[in-house]
Amino acid sequence: MKPVLLIDFGSTYTKVTAADVDAPRLLGTANSYTTIETDINDGLADALEKLERQTGKLDFAARYACSSAAGGLRMLASGLVPELTAEAAKTASLGAGAKVLKTYAFQLNEDDADEIKAIDPDIFLLCGGTDGGNTACIIHNAEVLREIGGDYPIILAGNRNAARTCSRILEGREVHVTENVMPAFGTLNIEPTQQVIREVFLNRIIEAKGLSKASELISGIMMPTPSAVMAAIKLLAEGTETQKGIGDLVAVDVGGATTDVYSVAEGLPDDPRTALRGLPEPYIKRTVEGDIGMRYSIHGIVDAAGLKKTAQIAGLTEERLSEIVERFAAHTDLLPYDDETQRADEALASMAIRVAVTRHAGRLSEIFGLGGLQLIQTGKNLKNVDQFIVTGGSLIHTEHTGRIASYGFYDAEDPGSLKPQNCTVLVDRSYIIAAMGLLSQYYPDAALTILKEELKKDDRTE
Amino acid sequence: MEQNKKTLIIGVIGADVHAVGNQILYHAFTEAGFNVVNLGVMVSQEEFINAAIETNADAIVVSSLYGQGELDCRGLREKCDEAGLEGILLYVGGNIVIGKQPFEEVEKRFKAMGFDRSFPPGTPPEVDIEYLKKDLHVED
Repeated sequence: MKPVLLIDFGSTYTKVTAADVDAPRLLGTANSYTTIETDINDGLADALEKLERQTGKLDFAARYACSSAAGGLRMLASGLVPELTAEAAKTASLGAGAKVLKTYAFQLNEDDADEIKAIDPDIFLLCGGTDGGNTACIIHNAEVLREIGGDYPIILAGNRNAARTCSRILEGREVHVTENVMPAFGTLNIEPTQQVIREVFLNRIIEAKGLSKASELISGIMMPTPSAVMAAIKLLAEGTETQKGIGDLVAVDVGGATTDVYSVAEGLPDDPRTALRGLPEPYIKRTVEGDIGMRYSIHGIVDAAGLKKTAQIAGLTEERLSEIVERFAAHTDLLPYDDETQRADEALASMAIRVAVTRHAGRLSEIFGLGGLQLIQTGKNLKNVDQFIVTGGSLIHTEHTGRIASYGFYDAEDPGSLKPQNCTVLVDRSYIIAAMGLLSQYYPDAALTILKEELKKDDRTE
Repeated sequence: MEQNKKTLIIGVIGADVHAVGNQILYHAFTEAGFNVVNLGVMVSQEEFINAAIETNADAIVVSSLYGQGELDCRGLREKCDEAGLEGILLYVGGNIVIGKQPFEEVEKRFKAMGFDRSFPPGTPPEVDIEYLKKDLHVED
């Protein structure tokens, strides 16, 4: 046996997972409160003790960690046109595992400046203009950032013809210059930026957040937790050299504050005559719905899905559902405690999934012209994806996981939304996806074997 | 993208799917020494404008072959002004109106809509190129 310890320092919980990489299997999981204010090792030691109570004493060959503690990797991004470089900047940041607090487009104004100063991000990603294109906006925004001051690093990934000027404007600040997120019109080039974000995270953010104390015990905090999740789902979809993956997939994590959606798929149109519009989509895409969550953002679910619809699904009156929503919002650690609150929780989770997956998926629209019907696709076509992975408290602790998940599927009421059809639902009941993403960095085969074993099929879509 | 070259945004506006002329223009303009951003067919006014902003374009060259050009082009100049593209060169060409109308009148109407130049059906690309070079002060 060769046990490896995987640690996820979350904002609330420190989760530990033990895995045997010799004969790949999950040995156990446990969690405790994150103790970032005092010493992060206290919570870790407590979680470890709980773990070893189940598994017996383990002699770990390695210890790896990811973190979303202390607010996660808090980023701000700016670009020029909302649908173009601003969107590219946001996509790059989300794909690097960041929590994007806001994305700005066009020139930053004084209100934006105040807001940026108040937010005081971990990283600011400054973009705008294609190479050889607009320089005025990014130069203006660099000047605004200089005026604001602060000591967070700034990543410059805009028009290369403005890079030197911006660097000079920001002299004295930590500035990382990299390739443009949109070097030519309609071309997405986000990997170089994501590489820089990873480096800044490793070299600076961990230290700044008081997470480096943990480093003595462990082999290092390697990535933000969402990056670990992305690594795991990529591995699961694609497989390794010796083991096949399960193919294209969609994964949804319904959390208390946000709902994260991941897709691994090219997402091209079914019919080659369909015209593609908008920015090219990344093969692995992550979106985060900041207004959709089961406790802190519970009002956002009702706002987006409608109280009437949600109450209908829960089989409750609108008044009763409202009362429960208010209760959950006021007591964010409250779990469903009777039949009505359970039904409300499940209906809210169903709507969270429907809203978040609809926003993540692409859209097909029809235009009738002189040449007949013309189809236009924007975003990713996920209709042919057949694996749907779900996680999050409201989905793990219920018997109706499949039914809740099915609200993320293709829906005849909204035929233009390119959500998956005919999916197998897989549930991450032990909450191990992030841990396996970490493990995949060193033991991809073991991580894949464990993922396939632990993600349980749930066909109860009755 | 070469710095000293002028940048053109080209595309076929509205629900028009005529792709051949668009490709010919793309090659002809590129050959003539322009940076050409080709948005293809079925391009909305907003797409023309967004592309022009990001690439700091010098001109927008709109094609329309299916007769609805007059409707599709209405308001483009005003939207350009609104988006900070004041004074950007606007061209339009193709079968831009329905039926056989005297082109002088058509040209006048498009002029009033803010298009610097309009080109009738069958205009060879060389003619557009000559005017583009003149209007954008490109020396041969």
